[in-house]
Amino acid sequence: MSITVKFFARLREQIGQGDVTLSSADTVQSAWEQASNGMAMPDNTLCAVNMEYVDKNATVVDGDEVAFFPPVTGGSYAR
Amino acid sequence: MPADIRTAPFDPWQETQQYQQAHLEAGKYGATASFVGTMRDFNQGDDVTSMTLEHYPGMTESYLGKICDEAMQRWELIDCLIIHRVGEIHPNDPIVLTVVWSAHRKEAFEACRYLMEELKSRAPFWKKEGLENGHRWVDKNTPG
Repeated sequence: MSITVKFFARLREQIGQGDVTLSSADTVQSAWEQASNGMAMPDNTLCAVNMEYVDKNATVVDGDEVAFFPPVTGGSYAR
Repeated sequence: MPADIRTAPFDPWQETQQYQQAHLEAGKYGATASFVGTMRDFNQGDDVTSMTLEHYPGMTESYLGKICDEAMQRWELIDCLIIHRVGEIHPNDPIVLTVVWSAHRKEAFEACRYLMEELKSRAPFWKKEGLENGHRWVDKNTPG
């Protein structure tokens, strides 16, 4: 088993990869540290585990999908 | 009560009519409120030539569904519909459609606004604008 880490949008471009597989991670924060190629987590980063929003201190277990992304900007207007 | 992601242009008026004919019982609803968001060709004083909308397959659909469920619980509604584009979008293309059907107008207006505001703050979508001299990620939504 393993942990899948996904980066979206600007974070994916900055880190240079969208999907990373880790053998283990205890928390969302530790998954970031192992997968982000040394980049510090921007303050406004949103985190999800198994497609639900969580805090960066949330626990991660084997088989989880952890995702990191910038603030969301859906809907109608560009800004 | 579907929440759909579309990768190709859609006609919001045709979608509304088709959904209404297929899923709503004639004579039961007295109010239909809809919102259509369309791509502009300007932002922050710059010409925007195209936009790419990225999403998180699975999580985005799940959150659009949750937002519809919440609206259905919070107000007395008959049905609601959300359609959102992803991929490359051009000025004048519809980006998002939210529709609410209810017996009375108050619930329809309020719930339609709720769907849009919740979608903008919680559903994972990200916009990247194409400008004449490059691209930029959009970091913030317009105030509602």
